[in-house]
Amino acid sequence: MAATLKDATAIVGIGQTAFAKRLPQSEKELACRAILAALADAGIDPGEVDAFSSYTMEETDEVEVAKAIGAGDVTFFSRIGYGGGGSCATVGHLAAAVATGQATVGVAWRSRKRGSGPRPWKNTAVQLPTPGQWTRPFGLLRPADEIGMLARRYMHEYGATRDHLFNVAMACRNRANENPAAMMYERPLTREMYMTSRMISDPLCLFDNCLETDGALACVIVSAERARDCRHKPVYVHSAAQGLPSQHHGMVNYWNDDPLSGPAWTAARHLWKQADFGPQDVDVAQIYDAFTPLIPLSLEGYGFCGRGEGAAFTEGGSLELGGRLPINTGGGGLSEAYVHGFNLINEGVKQLRGVSTAQVPDAATCLVTAGEGVPTSAILLRS
Amino acid sequence: MTTAPDKSPAPAAPDTSAASADALLVPVPDEDGAPFWEYAARGELRVQACTACGRLRFPPRPCCPHCRSFDSEWRRMSGRGRIWSYVRPHPPLLPAYAAQAPYNVILVELADAPHIRLAGNLVACADAPLDSVDTTRLRIGARVHVAFTETGGMTVPRWILEKP
Ligand SMILES: [Zn+2]
Repeated sequence: MAATLKDATAIVGIGQTAFAKRLPQSEKELACRAILAALADAGIDPGEVDAFSSYTMEETDEVEVAKAIGAGDVTFFSRIGYGGGGSCATVGHLAAAVATGQATVGVAWRSRKRGSGPRPWKNTAVQLPTPGQWTRPFGLLRPADEIGMLARRYMHEYGATRDHLFNVAMACRNRANENPAAMMYERPLTREMYMTSRMISDPLCLFDNCLETDGALACVIVSAERARDCRHKPVYVHSAAQGLPSQHHGMVNYWNDDPLSGPAWTAARHLWKQADFGPQDVDVAQIYDAFTPLIPLSLEGYGFCGRGEGAAFTEGGSLELGGRLPINTGGGGLSEAYVHGFNLINEGVKQLRGVSTAQVPDAATCLVTAGEGVPTSAILLRS
Repeated sequence: MTTAPDKSPAPAAPDTSAASADALLVPVPDEDGAPFWEYAARGELRVQACTACGRLRFPPRPCCPHCRSFDSEWRRMSGRGRIWSYVRPHPPLLPAYAAQAPYNVILVELADAPHIRLAGNLVACADAPLDSVDTTRLRIGARVHVAFTETGGMTVPRWILEKP
């Protein structure tokens, strides 16, 4: 029998700190608090943790975290690159490690002081990866500028408008308005606010951009067998995939035949190939939303609609509760917190436990995606 | 072997630590990209091509993704292309860019290689500022041609509308 990850492991604990523009604690303390909260939620003693996974951009390392929380001997640890593209792969790597017997209790985490810390794009002296010479001198300085370029072309090719992007921002904001932990709780958005807000990188305005957040989150992964003894209903990792398409260039994917079909398409093919269900069976989705245009692109990539139909898909309240595909039910990176997409993972778990602040009735399947436009990852969760 | 210009001193690596806050960023070439900037300094727009199969590739890299040959040359482009997309960045930006904001950044689809879209700026003339073309002239599909200007000791391409 071929080895499979399908439902072999489950997320049994989730934890998070407060989300705010500025938190007094260090990233290390925030990480430890989120991880310990996730383990308490699972009912698992920290001494049992033997696997860790996080992002290469994570500043707190497993040595520091393991000794702070009092982990036991650790036999698996991994880091995934490409910023928010790595979020779901942290769960995928731990699922693979646990399913193959390399470890028994895995912790994935992300702790970040993006709200009060430095803006990465301002570090011009050291942050010049290879493509930097081809884009940065011309003033493509920030991720918003790089994605704005693809967004403008997408709007031109497919007739997408700012109203479509507003639909995305609005759906996320509406869910955040129901989530007391969200940074944008009780802060409604109107179409007028959106349309008159300042531009960041035209065609993208302020509300097309994710929040700047201090905060940390973590989750705990164990085998399906062990999961049945934990405190909460297990949320199974049904399928997991990473995606680096042929001739892909990261955020500046400008030099191939089809810049508008990104890593989501690659991850999706593998994700669905391993799954017992398809896009039409997904009850709720948590789609990486550092920028609003990533939603239509991801909707196309993960097969919820055809090429070029992602913008139209957002019409008529499709992304809202009760719509065709409710998304980012905690508020997402646009309105709950921007912690490199980890809050989307935990929100997926809350939905399948039935405890979201914007609960989709009887949700049994959830897609969670990582950053589109960079080498990415995705997971399918089921209850 | 890579055919580089006859005189191929690697461009002096710009001292980014000393780059003053009010200067535009200069390209920091890597080994593969250096010939592009050396040719730019001579007013030539060249793209790396595989000597074995002839395919163009960008950004430059050690071997050909189509035939895996390590032999390459730098093929001169006509310097003509069309705007594939553009953005207009607004602050917060690095100071030198904020001073010209909102400016334009365009992607130019090269007439000789449509899958290669060079980032650059649409300007009124080679040495004009990044905000020197009226916004109403920015249009996807507009035909442009290359010009070169010097900034911070490096020569970089700029783009000018065919029909000003
Ligand atoms: Zn070749």
